[in-house]
Amino acid sequence: MAPKTLYDKLWEAHLVQQRDDGSALIYIDRHIVHEVTSPQAFEGLRIAGRKPWRVDSILATPDHNVPTTQKERASGVQGIQDPVSLIQVQTLDDNCDEFGIVEFKINDSRQGIVHVIGPETGACLPGMTIVCGDSHTATNGALGALAHGIGTSEVEHVMATQCLVAKKMKNMLIKVDGKLGKGVTPKDVVLAIIAKIGTAGGNGHAVEFAGDVFRDMSMEGRMTVCNMAIEAGARAGMVAVDQTTIDYVKGRPYAPKGELWEKAVAAWRDLKSDEGAHFDTVVELRAEDIKPQVSWGTSPEMVVAVDETVPDPASESDPVKREGMIRALQYMGLQAGQPMTSIHVDRVFIGSCTNSRIEDIRAAAAVVKGRSKAANVKEAIVVPGSGTVKAQAEAEGLDKIFIEAGLEWREPGCSMCLAMNADKLGAGEHCASTSNRNFEGRQGYGGRTHLVSPAMAAAAAIAGHFVDVREWGNA
Amino acid sequence: MKSFTVVTGIAAPMDRANVDTDMIIPKQFLKSIKRTGFGKNLFDELRYMDEGKPDQDCTGRPLNPEFPLNFPRYKGATILLARENFGCGSSREHAPWALDDYGFRSVIAPSFADIFYNNCFKNGLLPIVLSDEVVEKLFQEMYATEGYQLTIDLHTQTVQTPSGEAFSFEVDAFRKHCLLNGLDDIGLTLEHADLIRAYEAKRREEAPWLFDAVK
Ligand code: SF4
Repeated sequence: MAPKTLYDKLWEAHLVQQRDDGSALIYIDRHIVHEVTSPQAFEGLRIAGRKPWRVDSILATPDHNVPTTQKERASGVQGIQDPVSLIQVQTLDDNCDEFGIVEFKINDSRQGIVHVIGPETGACLPGMTIVCGDSHTATNGALGALAHGIGTSEVEHVMATQCLVAKKMKNMLIKVDGKLGKGVTPKDVVLAIIAKIGTAGGNGHAVEFAGDVFRDMSMEGRMTVCNMAIEAGARAGMVAVDQTTIDYVKGRPYAPKGELWEKAVAAWRDLKSDEGAHFDTVVELRAEDIKPQVSWGTSPEMVVAVDETVPDPASESDPVKREGMIRALQYMGLQAGQPMTSIHVDRVFIGSCTNSRIEDIRAAAAVVKGRSKAANVKEAIVVPGSGTVKAQAEAEGLDKIFIEAGLEWREPGCSMCLAMNADKLGAGEHCASTSNRNFEGRQGYGGRTHLVSPAMAAAAAIAGHFVDVREWGNA
Repeated sequence: MKSFTVVTGIAAPMDRANVDTDMIIPKQFLKSIKRTGFGKNLFDELRYMDEGKPDQDCTGRPLNPEFPLNFPRYKGATILLARENFGCGSSREHAPWALDDYGFRSVIAPSFADIFYNNCFKNGLLPIVLSDEVVEKLFQEMYATEGYQLTIDLHTQTVQTPSGEAFSFEVDAFRKHCLLNGLDDIGLTLEHADLIRAYEAKRREEAPWLFDAVK
């Protein structure tokens, strides 16, 4: 048999029907649902008199709209100040109750960002196909799973049929060999990849991340990388299963147990690309070349190393790109040639499905420990990705470290990643953010986002401007 | 999805070219969590004299007396007669949702915007393209005759006027099949329910852990 890629194997294992026009019916093992992209899908089911095909394959939680202050969270759904947000969260509760779907409600200790709770609870497992009405579903690919975001009509389609109509994508391999330097994190690796291939680089592809760097990386780091596959244009990103994967999954609440566990592990061992498998596109980077990254513009590909300067549009030969750079610099209020470390920050956001897991929180805490937030930083918030992450961090005393340093410790949710709740940037404010998108207005109207790693964001909170964490003692 | 076979109903005019999706359903109504209920805000800015807000009770709002859909003679209309490039603008599925929710089953025009045209079929609404001349003729007859009704037969692909005159229209065979049988994408996939069940049964044998319930 011809050697296969990991993606080929996952695709074939889930193929229900291949059609002549190239489209196929793919079976979906796990469906994660949140409040923003599901209401019309539930409504559609109701109108057509349909029921979910396999209700126990669905897990729901509200995340995008939930407030993150304890005060607003204390009284549950009814405590949500914004009436539109309240209705969306309430509607998710009502729909899940009506259809019998398991939901981690707003004040459930397991509530959190969809892409954090999936792997954390073991609801998402290696070898699964996983969908959610959200583009960052690719996060779950770190488990050696095929995971991608879908639209509202598809949410309804998957609920009703357990299948997705899809076309097979091309295979892309992104290989990073070597050893990362001190202070260089998975976030820096993925930002460096996007800087190299561009935001359309992965269009039409399923990406497998391979090489020494990903082999040595923790599961949480792999999730950070796969999370941003979509920012490189790829609908799915994944990493092959190895011992790290299996150790991570073991013992999680929904993970298989006993004899079933042994059977599952045996099957998962094959979730890797065969020797000599064909990739349509291959991209290679060297670990030693990657430094801590900071984005300077309004697209995730507009990123440089922290020890570099804001690029000059005049040196860009492509006129379309040059125009884009000029516009971005204007929006960001930056000058070409200015050192990245000279950019002052007004707010700091540590959180989002990219960087809100326990290792991210630990990395940020290690930087701020025993230090204080700079006076020019108006607000620095740390938003854990889930109630489980929050409890773990508190058990380790990390919340105290942040509070002592003058940062705020919040309740779990998407928060300032997309500013659908009250956590927002003001116009013109610069933010060191561990999220994944720096689009215009993403974190608030007129807000200026700089994408960085948790350690870099924490260091910026202390220094009041971007600094190279490699020069910090305990980073 | 509702099936579409034969529809006989009152025709109402939307007598302007390039009616865009913002006109069909203005953006403030997109925050809704529903797919239904957009009918009361269909053509909101043309239909009412004040500015519409989401979730508002529209019964007491001042109606625009000049807007044809507010005329008693077009009450209960199910067929919208329109001009060229109907439905241009955004890809919002809320536009066909609003037309459908208002009670329209079909829109007849000389041409439609692509995405809107596609979206109609997904929502049981039949967009019909007839020539400029025929559309003009239908407009004239409609204006001249109170209670003017058209009969649309999807089987025979014809639009018939009260005098018995019939005009034929084109429709893609696959879409016709879906509309006649009320099949949406989901309906189509469910035609293969046995394949899905067979896959499930086999898979449950091979990898039972994938079927553990979320609790
Ligand atoms: S954290 Fe941000 S990117 Fe992730 S799911 Fe929430 S809004 Fe989307």
